Amino acid sequence: MNGGHDLGGMHGFGPINAEAEAKEPVFHADWEKRVFGLVRAIGALGKWNSDRARSAREQQHPVDYLRHSYYENWLAGLEKMLVEAGLATAEELASGQASQLADEAVRKHLLHAEEVAAAVARGSSATMPADAPPRFRPGDRVRARNRHPAGHTRQPRYVRGRVGVIQEHHGAHVLPDLSAEGARVGRHLYSVRFEASELWGDNANGNSAVYVDLWDDYLEPA
Amino acid sequence: MSGQHHHHHDHTEPPSDLVLRVKALESLLVEKGLVDPAAIDLLIDAYESKIGPRNGARVVARAWGDPVFKKWLLQEATAAIASLGYTGRQGEHMKVVENTRHVHNLVVCTLCSCYPWPVLGLPPVWYKSAPYRARAVADPRGVLKEFGTELGEDVEIRVWDSTAEVRYLVLPERPAGTEGWSEEQLAALATRNAMIGVERAKPPQEGGEAS
Repeated sequence: MNGGHDLGGMHGFGPINAEAEAKEPVFHADWEKRVFGLVRAIGALGKWNSDRARSAREQQHPVDYLRHSYYENWLAGLEKMLVEAGLATAEELASGQASQLADEAVRKHLLHAEEVAAAVARGSSATMPADAPPRFRPGDRVRARNRHPAGHTRQPRYVRGRVGVIQEHHGAHVLPDLSAEGARVGRHLYSVRFEASELWGDNANGNSAVYVDLWDDYLEPA
Repeated sequence: MSGQHHHHHDHTEPPSDLVLRVKALESLLVEKGLVDPAAIDLLIDAYESKIGPRNGARVVARAWGDPVFKKWLLQEATAAIASLGYTGRQGEHMKVVENTRHVHNLVVCTLCSCYPWPVLGLPPVWYKSAPYRARAVADPRGVLKEFGTELGEDVEIRVWDSTAEVRYLVLPERPAGTEGWSEEQLAALATRNAMIGVERAKPPQEGGEAS
């Protein structure tokens, strides 16, 4: 979706004002820690995937998305998903009072303290076989399709309609557009190199390029 | 953030209603049997004290000192990094990009905050902020300058936008004057910012101040 999250190339945000590396804490407040831990622990229940989680954050009003701090956006996404997945009701969130225990079928997946170390060290691969061979090979010229889906996508606005060159085939990975809707479908994924001048025209930095990971569905031959 | 940039308050003092909202949510989810607060404590501790940029620095230091490992790292980053014990969430599909005299790499996630957790930990606030995400792809030289990194026009800049589950780590150039250094000494020069690509590795004279 063309939401408040798709920021590549936007103007007007001002300087980055990075905190000094040696001085920056991992979290800046206790509530941020709890939101991070809650999102990870609830995520372990398996009721949604990371594409769905990103989609939930992106669906906020663009003004809210940009006004909120990072973990406020995580919190908003978590609350939305809890209700949509039936893990809590809007009334429970408003009152803070549980009307009943969650279903046994969900509670049996509770992340216990003794399972945390293994859960942190274990990833979850995005590799997923595709049912067709890759359409493109390194060196092929491709155009990022002019798509504006209302749902989740990982094709940023700034590459749409732009021509690049396939740098690498990453294999087939789960397509986020469908994954956010709950369907795990593998599609070929490529690293595509776009020259800065192709993306930004006369305003491009000299001697620079942007590499973007794009699925087969986002591309057409050029 | 300083006062004049209140329009993107990335880590200002939270209003107390936010603190209360998070407390209420956690106690609700505990009451419903959906979270174990002790598990949350351990998740926080893992990313505050165990999983952070010192892991990535060890990977970089090994690559600086061991050409065979470096070749493996550039070809099969996930396996090479796992051989040092760094695996897990947000590091399932790693790619390492090498800085040279002619090429400088910079990593961003314009759509959210994708970042290689097992080697760098959780991202700093600025990496997740709107100005960085907006400008890294469109004006990387300006962004680098803001971090004090000036590169000549003869150096090609490659920006990697982490739009899929592939996670990028920059292998900075090994600083001159570090011949014969131990892996531990070298690791002290590989800063987090150098492994994101906004800065170079520290010069050897600053080696003692690391981590």
